[in-house]
Amino acid sequence: MAWFKRQSADVDASGAKKVRTEGLWVKCDNCRQIIWKKDLEENLNVCPKCDHHFRIDARARLALLLDGNQYEIFDSNLVSTDPLNFVDLKAYSSRLAQAQSETGLSDAVINARGKLNDRPVIVSAMEYSFIGGSMGAVVGESITRAIEQSIETKAPLIIVSASGGARMMEGVVSLMQLAKISAALARLDEVRVPYISVLTDPTTGGVTASFAMLGDLNIAEPGALIGFAGPRVIEQTIRQKLPQGFQRSEFLLEHGMLDAVVPRRQMKPYLSRALDFMTRAA
Amino acid sequence: MRPSQRGVRGKAETAARAPLSLDGAELLLSMVEARWASTNGDARRMESQLKSQQELDKVEEHLAKLEALPGQNEEARRQIQELQSRIRALRTQVTVNYDAWHKAELARHPQRPHTLDYIERVFSDWSEIHGDRGFGDDPALVCGMARFHGQEVMVLGTEKGRDTKQRMYRNFGLPNPEGYRKALRAMKMAEKFSRPVITLVDVTGANPGLGAEERGQAEAIARNLREMARLEVPIVTVITGEGGSGGALAIAVADRVLMMENAVYSVISPEGCASIMWRDTTKKELAAQALRITARDLSELGCVDAIIEEPAGGAHTDPDRAAQLLDAALEKHLAELAKLPLPQLVVSRYNKFRTMARFFRIQSS
Ligand SMILES: [Zn+2]
Repeated sequence: MAWFKRQSADVDASGAKKVRTEGLWVKCDNCRQIIWKKDLEENLNVCPKCDHHFRIDARARLALLLDGNQYEIFDSNLVSTDPLNFVDLKAYSSRLAQAQSETGLSDAVINARGKLNDRPVIVSAMEYSFIGGSMGAVVGESITRAIEQSIETKAPLIIVSASGGARMMEGVVSLMQLAKISAALARLDEVRVPYISVLTDPTTGGVTASFAMLGDLNIAEPGALIGFAGPRVIEQTIRQKLPQGFQRSEFLLEHGMLDAVVPRRQMKPYLSRALDFMTRAA
Repeated sequence: MRPSQRGVRGKAETAARAPLSLDGAELLLSMVEARWASTNGDARRMESQLKSQQELDKVEEHLAKLEALPGQNEEARRQIQELQSRIRALRTQVTVNYDAWHKAELARHPQRPHTLDYIERVFSDWSEIHGDRGFGDDPALVCGMARFHGQEVMVLGTEKGRDTKQRMYRNFGLPNPEGYRKALRAMKMAEKFSRPVITLVDVTGANPGLGAEERGQAEAIARNLREMARLEVPIVTVITGEGGSGGALAIAVADRVLMMENAVYSVISPEGCASIMWRDTTKKELAAQALRITARDLSELGCVDAIIEEPAGGAHTDPDRAAQLLDAALEKHLAELAKLPLPQLVVSRYNKFRTMARFFRIQSS
């Protein structure tokens, strides 16, 4: 149980993971320099010294992408029914209750309608601090509904992933969400409404093996861990050291799996430019 | 995590341990651990159950004391909740039954018929086709043209291999991305010539290899899910052995998903789940039960359409009979699907997955 506590202790109130605060100072995990917390926040939680991208939560993400931090949340009232009645060292229902009270969310995603440089868009932003951003029946249904909103309103879809993959405590129910979401994306594809997948640290497992890799464009923040199998498991299975930067955004770009690696500050302009290409009248 | 472990390696480590979510390759590792666990057998199991019983007694006693205290504050209520949750966990450990785990063992039985065994018995005129036209051929996933009761069909499935040499050659049935891409190529060809697709699934899980990641197994699986959802020919899938996570689903988005009686279908192996959730691979029986991986579980959860009976004792006791039963099920379901006009077929496949696994409620705010 200490294992899980350790995880949640790493997340501070702002959702910026691994930012250890001693009052007004923060130490960067990457360059290990001491930074003013205020400087870090003003720099969108990107280290001003080394450009390391700290994790940010779903609300911060929406603020970053949507005009004037104005948006309308939809389908925020779906709650898991714990289909397997799953109990390990602890009951899943109590893990859920805890995550709900810690994040103020009903599950690991926020669906929002807003504008990106005056253009209506649908954004689904995943919340990593809710049980590792894992995908069960609620995340699967929410994302499918976001896709259906895009099909209905023709507003482009942006999904921001931050997830360890399928949610084990919902077993095969969580696996089936991959099929459901991918099927809905086939329909979105057919009506030619843009879908841009934004992959952030980390995006692994079943999320990568479904919607995160199915965008018209798949773009990632710098340095994000992206993969299907986890690096630790691969290392233990093949019994050799993994190459430098394995499964990081830049590695995927090099291997042809991403369209672009886009720094946080350029993310909104990049998305706007891409949506121009996809939708602007000629 | 200790501060000294931070930095780039530290980051990878944290993400790999992402709480309560999983990546497919926990599986292979756990297979190794499982072998160790199985040599320790029943004595260990008894000991562990006894320990759970003792802790259960203690926790129950503690809870009773707490509940008896007058004037409970927030902290006391929180503690009571924690203890109740622990009691639920311990009760399942004490009363665990081994049915689900036995199915997992049967599904992996070394003599269990594999994809090529069924292909040999159920189909005629098998002509294997190779290669993804991009990188290579993947012997872990076989595809080919065949005839089923005289009808032209495309058959594909994961093949684990029988002897050691074969198993190495077929990478223990763990596909690489080119395997999934070959499968999609075969399915698109079937679509072009209006031939039904039959897929046979027997795969432990994700491929925990460097190459599989470099060549984008996630992308390959994702693309298959999307394209199978809109493929304009009937698709029938049979989970014949292990239905391991995304690697299985990548060839299982079908009009009919059937499961052999002793097959299992899961988001993670019982050992993988035990090592993550209980941090103890010897809790695999508990994990198998908790994950609900048997054909009956899947059927109750609405994730498979029908169960195919096996010879008494399991398919390995009589592979010919098992193949006959599989044949009969395929014939029935293909005939039913053949009656559906095309647009309707694709729409009903969509609706099937759209309404599957909808386990949520609307919370009034
Ligand atoms: Zn830094």
